[in-house]
Amino acid sequence: MTYSSPQTHIQGQSQADEVALEAVNLNIYYGSFLAVKDVSLKIARNKITSFIGPSGCGKSTLLRCFNRLNDLIESFHIKGQIYHENQDLYSRRVDPVLVRRRIGMVFQKPNPFPKSIYDNVAYGPRINGFKGNLDELVEQSLRQAVLWDEVKDKLKQSGAALSGGQQQRLCIARTIAVQPDVVLMDEPCAALDPISTLKIEELMNELKKQYTIVIVTHNMQQASRISDKTAFFNVQATERGGKQGYMVEFDDTVNIFTNPREVQTRDYVAGRFG
Amino acid sequence: MVTQLAKPTQLVQSGSNPGQILDNIFIWITRLFAFSIALILVLITIEVGTEAIPAIQTFGLSFIFQQSWDPVRDNYGVLPMIYGTMMTSFVALLLAIPIGVSSAIFLSEDFLPVSFRTVLVFLVELLAAIPSVVYGLWGIFVLIPLIRPLSEWLHQTLGWIPFFGTSPGGPGLLPAGLVVTIMILPTITAISRDALTSLPPELRQASIGLGATRWETIIRVLLPAAFSGIVGAIMLALGRAMGETMAVTMLIGNSNNINVSLFAPGNTISSLLANQFAEASGLQVSALMYAGLILFALTLFVNIAAQWVVGKIQKF
Repeated sequence: MTYSSPQTHIQGQSQADEVALEAVNLNIYYGSFLAVKDVSLKIARNKITSFIGPSGCGKSTLLRCFNRLNDLIESFHIKGQIYHENQDLYSRRVDPVLVRRRIGMVFQKPNPFPKSIYDNVAYGPRINGFKGNLDELVEQSLRQAVLWDEVKDKLKQSGAALSGGQQQRLCIARTIAVQPDVVLMDEPCAALDPISTLKIEELMNELKKQYTIVIVTHNMQQASRISDKTAFFNVQATERGGKQGYMVEFDDTVNIFTNPREVQTRDYVAGRFG
Repeated sequence: MVTQLAKPTQLVQSGSNPGQILDNIFIWITRLFAFSIALILVLITIEVGTEAIPAIQTFGLSFIFQQSWDPVRDNYGVLPMIYGTMMTSFVALLLAIPIGVSSAIFLSEDFLPVSFRTVLVFLVELLAAIPSVVYGLWGIFVLIPLIRPLSEWLHQTLGWIPFFGTSPGGPGLLPAGLVVTIMILPTITAISRDALTSLPPELRQASIGLGATRWETIIRVLLPAAFSGIVGAIMLALGRAMGETMAVTMLIGNSNNINVSLFAPGNTISSLLANQFAEASGLQVSALMYAGLILFALTLFVNIAAQWVVGKIQKF
């Protein structure tokens, strides 16, 4: 009995170089309600992994488990484990604040703080007690987010004055300014026009050299364009009338979109759903 | 059978359309009410202003700097009351801002279960429903005896500070200021709390997601974002503090002298009006009206100054 858990641990360790995040038999609950059922997957380092599936399938919920953002919801709890570099993120001794410093998040709606562009990017480093050259770090982060040239002359202006696409790149700059290992993106392009979307996608391809990226998207072309691995989630009705998400298939993106193993996946990516 | 909506055949409206007429009536009613509020303000100002004309002609601006209020010789000045008004309001704000904003933070976070929090919010707002005269009585019978040991200690140990310079006894600026503190707390707490809870939840998530603790999020993101709302709450509270009459009249001692010590009795403009209006006649009435006008101007000035400060700080 007691050996089963260390075993998965050792398995994880052997692949520690390639695996950034690993979920093991993860069940996500709201109160007694099981919202996402039994997910096990390994997210590869320096790759883009996308989560696709219909609304309510739990892909965003799962994403938010990776940096313990669901802790803000009172009734939320999980069973199972999530490992990041062989540390169980939900172990009792883990400080969720430290988890979030390693695993950053970009949200669906661009949400810059009502502060200047500079202060938006500098916020994370400041609260983390950054001691180096802050100007340099802000510039570097904005450059990485391909926003520097557009904002370098107006760093003192409000972040809210930027366009939606620029705001989202500002949020990405803000996230990577704390130099996380993993960047989680929850439908980062859902509120953006196609040109801004394209810019964000190009940006993600650049970022994956340095970071592991997990993205939730409703846009299947986006998933097939940018991601290396894709997980397809589906939703089923429970006896009690609720909806329960579960993972159907997790594979290389090419396989998911051209040669999926499951009929459900094939129907979904072909647009024939139901 | 599906009932179909009648489609308009003609897009150009000829004659009267009942919907449009109702719409117009509605617009005019709201317009009327909106203007009548402004009109009442203007009328009150004109009335107070005309009544004050004799005193304005007699004393001019020296009214503001004169220290004596002498109905026998018909010689009036309101400097002590201006001082008393500012001082009680200052004491009240000094105490009410930290307490009120902290309660607002506490009540806007999820430290307590929702049901318990709702009750607490309701109780805080209920503070505003207690009649002013009850606060006054409470001040006389409970607060003044209660703060006496503290006042004496302050006088004995820190007596060299002018604010604690006189020996405490009964009514004075401090008890008046303390009661006003309690009276303006619900205003500051309730409005600041509204400002904090109406912030988009994305702000909190963004900050938490960057590895900020709850306190870092509150201090560095939520409070600055709700800043204009909180200042608005403080301004409303200040307006109430400067105009508060009944409780202050009962507690301040109504002495028309300037004494820097908080333990000494003083007076405020509104208490002066409440105390003297019933028996006043002739130039005294006009002088009281002038004093009222000054209170009006003072409140207006403080509000404009606050708006300016908010505009300077809150560029975003």
